[in-house]
Amino acid sequence: MSELSKLTIADARDKLAAREITSVELTQSCLDQIEGADALGAFVHKTPEIALDQAKAADVRIAAGDAAPMTGIPLGIKDLFCTKGVPSQAASGILEGFKPEYESTITGQLFDAGAVMLGKLNMDEFAMGSSNETSVYGNAVNPWRRGNEDTALTPGGSSGGSASAVAADLCLGATGTDTGGSIRQPAAFTGIVGLKPTYGRCSRWGVVAFASSLDQAGPMTKTVRDAAIMGAAMMGHDPKDSTSVDMPVPDFEAMLTGDIKGKVIGIPKEYRMDGMPEEIETIWAEGTAMLKDAGAEIRDISLPHTKYALPAYYVIAPAEASSNLARYDGVRFGHRATLAAGDGITEMYEKTRAEGFGPEVQRRVMVGTYVLSAGFYDAYYNRARKVRALIKRDFETVFNDGIDAILTPATPSSAFGLGEMADADPVKMYLNDVFTVTVNLAGLPGIAMPTGLDKTGLPMGLQLIGRPWEEGELLKTAYALENAAGFVDKAARWW
Amino acid sequence: MSIDIETARRVAKLARIAVPEDNLAELAEGLNGIVSFMEQLNEVDVDGIEPMTSVTPMALKRREDIVNDGDQQVAVLANAPDQREGFFAVPKVVE
Repeated sequence: MSELSKLTIADARDKLAAREITSVELTQSCLDQIEGADALGAFVHKTPEIALDQAKAADVRIAAGDAAPMTGIPLGIKDLFCTKGVPSQAASGILEGFKPEYESTITGQLFDAGAVMLGKLNMDEFAMGSSNETSVYGNAVNPWRRGNEDTALTPGGSSGGSASAVAADLCLGATGTDTGGSIRQPAAFTGIVGLKPTYGRCSRWGVVAFASSLDQAGPMTKTVRDAAIMGAAMMGHDPKDSTSVDMPVPDFEAMLTGDIKGKVIGIPKEYRMDGMPEEIETIWAEGTAMLKDAGAEIRDISLPHTKYALPAYYVIAPAEASSNLARYDGVRFGHRATLAAGDGITEMYEKTRAEGFGPEVQRRVMVGTYVLSAGFYDAYYNRARKVRALIKRDFETVFNDGIDAILTPATPSSAFGLGEMADADPVKMYLNDVFTVTVNLAGLPGIAMPTGLDKTGLPMGLQLIGRPWEEGELLKTAYALENAAGFVDKAARWW
Repeated sequence: MSIDIETARRVAKLARIAVPEDNLAELAEGLNGIVSFMEQLNEVDVDGIEPMTSVTPMALKRREDIVNDGDQQVAVLANAPDQREGFFAVPKVVE
């Protein structure tokens, strides 16, 4: 039964329903895989007792004929989600020892549906990063390698542990969060599917905040069908999040017909960047051809403000972060610095935050503080919010012109080596988000999925961007592309 | 606009992050790199554009103005680094 962890959510659900397997067997298979995969650095807090208790309860529920689609499915949970009584640190030293007294709405919904928690997953500190190298736990590692090399590659970030765990079959699916690309970029780097829903679809309550107007949680899975199943279980209205939308969540899985005849797919010319590897151009062209063959109409479009999305993001996200992270003051939870004789409360704040936050988080908090400070608020923050309005308008214009979905590369390269960017300018690392960040600024749904391998054998991904609230139509298009691409490769096991 | 050491010191103070004097020059340089990246935004014509305030325009929900949560002192204090007699404890603030 050692192969059970390789199942998709859909297949496991069907086998559980047919009583071919039990959730306890399935969960144990994942726990065994996790025990042998410490080299991946994916699981940072393991919760086998909770997992087996939940699995037993799920088996009882399935036997009683009371199963939901996620009942008995073992998942990994990104460390950004507060899970009651289980360490939830956002991969930061400042939340060392923090055990929430409450459950995030999303994990609560998943567990109410009978899902099983295997443990907490590695990530960039406070979700700030694109390589999982800013984590207090150390790096998460990509299960994929270049050819026969043993260079350790990044699984991407910030949801790097989630991506690594799903790609290595340590779990059937994982929760991720996406503020500028943190679900889609790691999904693309590890050959899995990552869905960022429309802003407001998933409750942010109990998810450690980074940039509240951009943060959105979503599923990271092995297939588009699994993203439909798990995504539906994560979404829904929550009175505890004032930006959560009160709209019914459709049966996404039922919409995966494979029929996309007549859909209009936009190809934005601004996403053709200087210096982009030819292989990325190639898979983009191939993906376009696949959608055309499936019956979609292809149209060239323009999103003229694309170039300004990254600089706008790197004003708005740090500004919101500097405000959100003000709560880490050493008073109510987490780390407090040891004080010297005579130190007052100001020294307590300053020493606590200097010790607790890593360098990238400190940098972003200070950038945010600067752009919000007197005299610069209009020049940077307000200007960035105006540019954001223009970026959103670009998308509204093409959707009004009849575009159903937009196809772009997911990332400007395949996975790079851990440490390779250590001496690079921070801005160079930020360029990883160049294709994904527009989607967060405009609040749209986006999905990344693998469609091919580069010449070194690493997965490359494409992104589809949909109309707001139309995750179902987006998943339908993604499903057709997945079928056409037929991507089935897995990382060869070395860990 | 370039960030000098004095500005870096002020930003660190506002952010309540202790930065050793020796590291201020490096911090200023790092902030300068990011801020000059942001300067690209000056190329955009934003005349007459309202700053975006809400990702999805929607009316906020209302509810009855009644107490619907509370009495959770133990849970609220459970993660406190220091607490005394049911309160969060901090270094002396008032002499």
